[in-house]
Parts: sequence; structure tokens; C-alpha cells
Amino acid sequence: MNVPLSWYLMLSAVLFALGVVGFLIKRNLITVFMSIELMLNAVNLSFVTFAHQWHAVKGQIFVFFVMMVAAAEAAVGLAIIIAVFRARATLAVDRIDLMKL
Amino acid sequence: MNGSFHLWLIPLLPFAGFVLNGLLGRKLPKAVVTAIALLAPLGAFAVVLLAWLSSRSTAIDPDPSAVLRRMPYVESWGTWISAGALHVDFSLVLDSLSLVMLLIITGVGFLIHVYSVGYMAHEDGYWRYFAYLNLFLFFMTTLVLAGNALLMFVGWEGVGLASYLLIGFWFKKTSAVDAGKKAFIVNRIGDFGFLIGMFLLLANFGTLTFSDIAAKLAADPAMTGGILTATALCLFVGAAGKSAQLPLYVWLPDAMEGPTPVSALIHAATMVTAGVYMVARTHFLFDRSPLALSVVAIVGAATALFAATIGLVQTDIKRVLAYSTVSQLGYMFLGCGVAAYSAAIFHLMTHAFFKALLFLAAGSVIHGMGDEQDMRKMGGLRKHMPVTYWTMTAAVLAISGFPFFSAFFSKDAILYAAFMSGGLGKILWFVGWVTAALTAFYMFRLWYMTFWGELRSHDVHPHESPRVMTWPLAILAVLSVIGGFIGFGENLGPFGRFLGSTLGVHTTEAGSAGLEWGMSALAVLAGAIGWYIAHRLYSEPSESAAKLATSYAGPYRLLVHKYYVDEIYSFFFVKPLLALSRFFLEWVVDVAILGGAAWLLAGIAQLGGAILQRWQSGNLRSYAAWLALGAAALLLFVFLPWTSLLAGIGIHVGMVAHR
Repeated sequence: MNVPLSWYLMLSAVLFALGVVGFLIKRNLITVFMSIELMLNAVNLSFVTFAHQWHAVKGQIFVFFVMMVAAAEAAVGLAIIIAVFRARATLAVDRIDLMKL
Repeated sequence: MNGSFHLWLIPLLPFAGFVLNGLLGRKLPKAVVTAIALLAPLGAFAVVLLAWLSSRSTAIDPDPSAVLRRMPYVESWGTWISAGALHVDFSLVLDSLSLVMLLIITGVGFLIHVYSVGYMAHEDGYWRYFAYLNLFLFFMTTLVLAGNALLMFVGWEGVGLASYLLIGFWFKKTSAVDAGKKAFIVNRIGDFGFLIGMFLLLANFGTLTFSDIAAKLAADPAMTGGILTATALCLFVGAAGKSAQLPLYVWLPDAMEGPTPVSALIHAATMVTAGVYMVARTHFLFDRSPLALSVVAIVGAATALFAATIGLVQTDIKRVLAYSTVSQLGYMFLGCGVAAYSAAIFHLMTHAFFKALLFLAAGSVIHGMGDEQDMRKMGGLRKHMPVTYWTMTAAVLAISGFPFFSAFFSKDAILYAAFMSGGLGKILWFVGWVTAALTAFYMFRLWYMTFWGELRSHDVHPHESPRVMTWPLAILAVLSVIGGFIGFGENLGPFGRFLGSTLGVHTTEAGSAGLEWGMSALAVLAGAIGWYIAHRLYSEPSESAAKLATSYAGPYRLLVHKYYVDEIYSFFFVKPLLALSRFFLEWVVDVAILGGAAWLLAGIAQLGGAILQRWQSGNLRSYAAWLALGAAALLLFVFLPWTSLLAGIGIHVGMVAHR
């Protein structure tokens, strides 16, 4: 079974677009966070695709780096979310606007 | 001598004196400052004397009839400017003209330095004064030795600087500071003319070296009028500024705010004669332009008469002498204007002797009177200050043209040359003759008011000045009395022959010995008339002078106010210029440029901030939206076929356009 390159890339693009849309329209901070993970993984998918296509291992190594950073980010991000929830009792992104000038 | 005259030492010694006294003078003991200040001009004088003597050495040219065997002697110290066709050297030239000037500058300069030791003894800025004085000598000798117009201009500006510094020496006195600024600014107008003249020289001859210009002129006898007249007149504007001729003379009377020895050295004997020297140095230009010569002669004669009339009624002893200087400088230009350059330089020399003496004697009087300059408060000083009295008498007789005193010869030479130069010359001679009478009048008026009658001020105790001041007076008095004899004889005698090698011998038209003696007698008569009137009015206390002033109140007031020239200049030039400057400062610079620019910059920043602030909503999703929008725009920019789209509407960019 040989899936063509373009299918993988299209899947990656669709996942990325879903991530962007989710990031833009969802109000819950957790969902927004998950959308970011979705975008990261869409990019990871295209990395792996190209690595497979060109028989180059660099792309796969890069994916490990991205996953590692994503894990770290998730840890820090979730910690911030918990802190925000404790302080403001809400997770709606529209209400978290303390950084406004 | 082994070839070189070491001309470079002449300016450099005073410069060394300036540097030493200027940098270290504050900490040095007074005796050391004095020694440095006196050795510098003395050394320069010695170098000049050696150069003079060795130039006469028979070892080089055994012909005994040649007065100067190695002149002009050129010493070049490398290239200064070399740009394309323009080539300017550091070249020093010694010829009979510059030699005479150097002897006057360093010789009289040294005497005045000696005098200053006594006069300035109790001043705070003793070292500063001598540093400036040496600086002046450095620039003045540079000016005189310069072999090209540009180097001369350096000296020219430098003496202006030294003059400014010394006029404003008592910088805590507002009037002195103002006088310094006035001298500097009025000179700037003249310097502008000098600069334009230099540009014209450069454009027409391609060189600024005096000897090259003279050679080019000599090689082209057809070159006359037009451009030469313009060049000569521009140079004369410079000369009129420096030498205080109409209409730029206004700075010189005010310059009397400086210490009196400065007035003697800079504003009587040397610096103000730089204009005469410059005209004589570039005489080959003036010779080719009759119009320029006439202008020089007319300005000279007019200035001589104009300043002499003002001098008639002044009561400040130094101001009388200042107007007298302006008047005598007018004589010198009259001499230049009738192409009698040797006579002009001759008068320059005798004037340096007797006017330096007059100023120094006046300084001695001021010193003895406890800084009193008003002649109305003096009187009877001959008993208290005998040396000053006798030396001053010699100077007064000399300037009035008393027979066989120095100005008798030099003034006569100029008047005679004027009389012999055509119809215009006769008028100028008459103006000069009247001026001679006026000169004798105001000088004897000064003499009577200062030394005769009774002391009119009771709270001063006049005393004779110390030896260090009276010795220079005595030497200058001797020079004033006998200095004229070197110009005695046919065509100014030995002096004329000496200068003739540089300036050309001025051959007078069909004159006779009888006419010459007749003219001399007339000039003496003029002096006698002036003396007689002064004697009648001022020899003993009387009301006749005051009565004369009241019966001619109008003219008298005109003269006392110096023809209102300062007021006219103030109204027509100074006030409008000040108003314009103030307008520019307050409205253009302050409000428009500084205020406007600051306001504009602040406004831009504020407006930009107000707009950009709206993006900082703190709303996470709006940030994300902008992020996505930016990414979309970037993608669009990369993937759209811009070149073909633009080509479609007629704009060709990049590779497409070139193809």
C-alpha cells in the first residue's frame, strides 16, 4: 500500500487549519491550548512525511525536538492556566485581558 | 653668512614667546614673563638687521652702486595647498619693501614692548597681555613676509584676532568688549573684499604668488582695465577695512578702549598700515588701473580731511590721536593713489615713529594723571613730566610738518606727488594741504591743553613715568626728529632708491627743484597757520574757544558727534540687522525650527501611539487573529504572480522589465 505524499500534506494542512480555527473561535482556555497542540502536531506530520519521502532522518529528529518543547510548554501552560483559574475563577479568554495597556 | 637669512625665525620667535607666556605665563614669575616677552621681538629685530646687513654684503656683488644685492630673497618652506591648478607655498619673501616694514614692526614693536613693561606693571593679566602682544608680532611679520596673497591673508586675519583680543583686554569693561567686537566685525567687511579680490586673482592669473602675478602682468602689456580694476578695488576694500579708511574707519576710534601701548603698536604704527602695505605690495595691479588708483587717492584724501575735522573738537586725548591716525593713513593712501608708493611707505615709516611716540607719550600722561584721559582736566603738565613733555613736543612738531622733522619730508613727498599728477591731483593736493593745517591745529591744541596753562583737576598728583617708559619715548623722539633725512633728496633720496628696487621709481612729470621747495614752504605755512590758531585759542585760559563753539553751534555739534556716522550706521545697518537676527532667532529658529520640530516629533509619536495602542487590546483572540492575518498576507505575497499582475497594468519591475 503506497499512500501518495500529497495526502499526508493535505491531512497536515487540514489539521493545521482546524488548529487555527479552534484557536481563533474557542473561548475556553483549555480548548485554545489543545488547538495549539493540534497545530504543532500538524507540522510534525509534515516533518515526518518529508523525512520519509526523502529518506532523511533529520525531519524525524526535528519532530522529537518539537514534541519535547510541546511537553515542556504543556507543563508550563497548564500550570499558568491553573493559576489563572484560581485567581479569576474563569477560563474564558475574553475575560483574561490583564495585559491590555 | 652662509646663504640663508633664516627668515622663518622672524615670525617664529614671537610665536614661541606667545606659546611660552600664553601657556605657562600664569605660573611664571613676572621677571621671566618680561624676559620672554622682550627677547622675542628683540631676537626678531636682530634677525631682520642681520638679513639687512648681509644683503648688503659686497662679497656677493662687488658693484658698490647696487643697494641690495640679494633681493628679492625667497625662502620657501614647502607646499601648503596643492589641488589641481591651485598651488600655494609657505613662501617668505624679503625685499626692500618687506624689509622696511619688518624693521618698523620689530624695532618699534620692541620699544613698545619695553614701554609696556612699565605701563602694564600693575595689571592682573600681565602675562596674558604680553602673550597677545607677541602673538600680534607673529601674525604681523607673517603678513609682511608672505610671498603670496593667501599666506598674507593668514597674517591679515591673525592681526585682526590679536587686535580684537587686545582691544578687549579689560574684558570686564563692557565698552572695551563692544569696541573689540566692533573692530572685528567692521574688519570682516573689508576681509570680504580681500577674499573676493583673491578669488579674482586666482581666476585670472591662476596663482596667488605676488611675483608670478607681476610677471604675468608684465608679460601681457595689453591687459588693462575691467577685471584688473575690479580686482584692485576689491583688494582696496580689504585695505580700507584694515587701515580704517572711509567708510570703514569707525572701528579705529573705538579701539582706543585697549591699553595705550596697544593703541601705539597696533592701532597707529603697524597693523593699521597693513592696508597701505598691501596696496604697495600689489602695486602692479593698481598701476594698470587708473580708475582704481583714482578711487584710492580720493578715498585717501577724503578720509584725511574727514578724520582731521573730527579730531578738531575731541576732548579725549586718545581719540584725538585716533582720528589723527585715520587722517594720516588717508595721506598714505593718497600717496598710493597717485602711484607714489615709495612716498606712502616713507610716510608710513615716519608716521610709525611719531604716532607711536604720540600714543606712548599720551599713555605716559594718562599714567601720570591716574588713568585720566580727558584733556579738559589736564594742563600744566610740562612742569610735572618734563621727559614726556619734550618728547611729545618733538612728535607734535614732527606730525605738523615742522621743517626738517620727519613728517616734513614724508608729507611733502606725498603732497608734491599729488600735485604733479594731473588735474585731479591738484584738488587732492589742496585737500591734503588743508588737512595739514587742521593736523597742526589739533595737535597743538592737544599740546597746549595737556602741557600748558594750569592743572584743571585738583585731586590728582601728576608724576613722571618710570625710566622703562621714558627711554622708549626718547628713542622714538630721536627717530621722529631725524627719521626724515633718509628720504631727503631727489626722488626721496636713499630711501627712494632703496624701495625703488621693489616699487619702481616714481618719476614725476616736469617738476623743478624750485616748485618742490615752494610746495614745502606752502606746507610749512599750513602748519604755521594751524599752530597760530591753536596758540590763539588754547595757549592761555580764555573763553575764545568756547565762544567760537557757541557762535558756530551747528557745525560744532556735527563735529562733536563725529558727523553722526555711528548713529547713521546704527540706524541703517546695525539696528535692522539686529532686528532681523532677533526675528530669526525668536521666530524662525526658536518657534519654527526648535519649537516646530519638537512639536512635530512629539505629535507623530503621540498619534502613532494612539493608533497602535488599539492593537494592544489584551484580548488573546484578537492577537491570534492578527497573527493569522499576517501569515495569510505573507503567503499571498509569496505565491501571487506579482510581476505578471503589474505588467498587466503597465508597470514593469525586476527581470521582466529588462527582458
